[in-house]
Amino acid sequence: MSEVVALAAAEHSIGHDVAQHHAPPQGFIRKHIFSLDHKVIGKQYYALALVAVFIGMALSWVMRIHLVWPNAPIPGLRFLSKTGAPGGIVTPEYYLSLMTMHGTLMVFFVLTNAPFAAFGNYFLPIQIGAEDMAFPRFNMMSFWTTFLAFCILTAAFFVPDGPPISGWTSYAPLSAVGSDAGPGEGFGQTLWALSIFVFCIASLLGSLNFIATTLDLRTKGMTLSRMPICTWAWFITSCIALLAFAVLMPACLLLILDRVAGTSFFIPAGLVVSDRLQPHSGGSPLLWQHLFWFFGHPEVYIAILPAMGIVSHVLVNSMRRPLLSYRVVIYCMMAIGFLSYMVWGHHMFISGMNPFSSLLFSFPTLLITIPATIMTLIWLGSLYGSKLRITAASLFALGFISMFVSGGVSGFFLAQPSIDIYLHATTFVVGHFHMVMGVAAIFGIFAGTYFWFPKMTGRMMSEKLGKLHFWLTFVGTYCIFMPFHYLGLAGNVRRYAVLVDDYLIPLIPVHRFITIAALFTGAAQFIFLYNLIQSRFWGEAAPANPWECTSLEWSMPSPPPFDNFGGKHPVVYRDPYQYGVNGSKGDFVMQDSPEVVKA
Amino acid sequence: MLHLGPVDGTRKSVQDPSAEPVRTGIWIGLAAITMSFAAFTSALVVRQSTATDWHHLVIPRIVLANTLVLIVSSVTLEVARRKLALYFRSKDLSRPAPLFWLWATLLLGLIFVAGQYVAWLKLRAQGVYLASNPNSAFFYVLTAMHGLHVLGGLGGLVRVLYKIRISGPLRRSTLDATSYYWHFMGILWLYLLLVIWFML
Repeated sequence: MSEVVALAAAEHSIGHDVAQHHAPPQGFIRKHIFSLDHKVIGKQYYALALVAVFIGMALSWVMRIHLVWPNAPIPGLRFLSKTGAPGGIVTPEYYLSLMTMHGTLMVFFVLTNAPFAAFGNYFLPIQIGAEDMAFPRFNMMSFWTTFLAFCILTAAFFVPDGPPISGWTSYAPLSAVGSDAGPGEGFGQTLWALSIFVFCIASLLGSLNFIATTLDLRTKGMTLSRMPICTWAWFITSCIALLAFAVLMPACLLLILDRVAGTSFFIPAGLVVSDRLQPHSGGSPLLWQHLFWFFGHPEVYIAILPAMGIVSHVLVNSMRRPLLSYRVVIYCMMAIGFLSYMVWGHHMFISGMNPFSSLLFSFPTLLITIPATIMTLIWLGSLYGSKLRITAASLFALGFISMFVSGGVSGFFLAQPSIDIYLHATTFVVGHFHMVMGVAAIFGIFAGTYFWFPKMTGRMMSEKLGKLHFWLTFVGTYCIFMPFHYLGLAGNVRRYAVLVDDYLIPLIPVHRFITIAALFTGAAQFIFLYNLIQSRFWGEAAPANPWECTSLEWSMPSPPPFDNFGGKHPVVYRDPYQYGVNGSKGDFVMQDSPEVVKA
Repeated sequence: MLHLGPVDGTRKSVQDPSAEPVRTGIWIGLAAITMSFAAFTSALVVRQSTATDWHHLVIPRIVLANTLVLIVSSVTLEVARRKLALYFRSKDLSRPAPLFWLWATLLLGLIFVAGQYVAWLKLRAQGVYLASNPNSAFFYVLTAMHGLHVLGGLGGLVRVLYKIRISGPLRRSTLDATSYYWHFMGILWLYLLLVIWFML
């Protein structure tokens, strides 16, 4: 054992090299499975999100089919659950299980993973000129922890009483009392809470990495105000995620303790469930709602901000001119992130909370519409009169704006307690959040995929199939989610597994229309999947910069080499969006190009 | 509409390329931990405000001794950090590294964790378990979560010792980050002690 140890960098001498370099990986496992490379980890997140989104979509198909053809057996379903779907026909309880798993998979494993963790991991370090994330080991751990969370969650399908039935929000006390609350509320619900607890750890590790990377590893010349908008979006999102998941994690821990250790954090005294008095005392079900939504509302922005960043990046590139204001977009995203922590109570207007607090939560909720509207106006104003290059990516970016506006408008109604009392827990809310957060964020993911696929794989995707995919998805999602608003206004309560009440029966044709639209739109996603796989292996080779984009990821070959910049550190000379200029390569100048340009 | 930056690629706000992310990372991590314990605290406040079953908990006195141990461990770690810095600056690496104070910190940390465990045993002897009442539940949860974080800090100290004695090299930033974390555990515990003492 040598005593000649170096407190290397007694005065910080070797920081940079140590922080970013790791040796090229050897062997299959190190290269593709337990890889430290941010690019591989980004792709792993993307693959996980892809698996989750198709499972989530299949679940929604089963729910939609069951709603309008309640007696039609669904092939194969009885193999998944003998008690939940005897003979392939879904029981009302199993319908709720499917809904819970759909929501949880989509929100956590798709909307959080794909736009933020997947694209962020792949492109944030490259866009700021770094060789890797600040903490590559944490990065690998954060993916594999997410994967573990995914396995725990999906294991709930295979436990005796099936997945939980309490929805992705898992409202206490029913989520806390155990199997008395129904099938799936036994072991399945415990798995749910454990899965989300583990997911929180993963997200905290990821966010920590994103923030440290952005602050510390920017290359020479890459000031904060020269970062591409999507880098900013990932950075702001990681700040939100760091604080939000840090609150959900304790909440899940307390929920688990209520379930397995007999504590009473969320279970009130004298609660009778299924004719059984619950042996608990004094807990507060509202406490769960407060803790959950303190995370839950920022989570909405964790899903949508990266999509906003990606869409801005793609739009600027397709318009060939900068946004009306780069700074205002970033300030708006910061404002949205900040306000997201003050509005959680708007999910709880009818929870029995003091009506005065409702008013208090309503006001900042309406305030959020201001930065959101400013951003939308900046996108539209920048688009006005531009010669937009129509690509699959830019179409999805436009689709994002459309979805965001259409879904956002119904937010004005829901933000007001007096109107929300009627609309709460109706399908109006379902339509609202699916459009503004779900589909909009998914459109952001699609835009990012069509845009960055050439860089990630070195092959071009089929534009023709991409545009077909866009139009089918765009029209399809409007057909699915617009009628939800109508149904909600008609009083259709969400989470109903059967439509047998007198006032619901006239609405069945609308439901049937939605189901058919959902089946077609879902089927259209297989065009995307085909395009993805076909192009990955047989697509035409991609040049380094097929979209004539200015940011750093396009200054390297497609796909990027292992060490991104070949061991060198690029120097950044200018703002990220120098389009519409006379550069030596065309109407744009790359960020790392030293040429002097006149407008 | 064009924003042309300086063409030489330099600006004052450009990061020093030798910045060590662990120095930033540790503060981000501490922010997340703070947020988690803020959530626990707010849960406690809300739970207490609606409670009809709130009983005052007789906190075992040993937690006060534990508190003292943790404070002293922060002092020993600070001494260790300074001695190590002096040692490596002296360039005379032939004599053994002054690890006494680091070992002392490690030992005090272990004593703290063991002491907290003794506090649990004492409560158990009184018949006060996790699910007995909300006060005991919060006591066990808060001390357990803090204890887990302290164990993480002990892991960090072991890593520092391992790097000095066996693997090398140890970076200054690693030592600093580990000690910030450790001091933070002390501050967090003082805060939790106040919460536990006055609210439970």
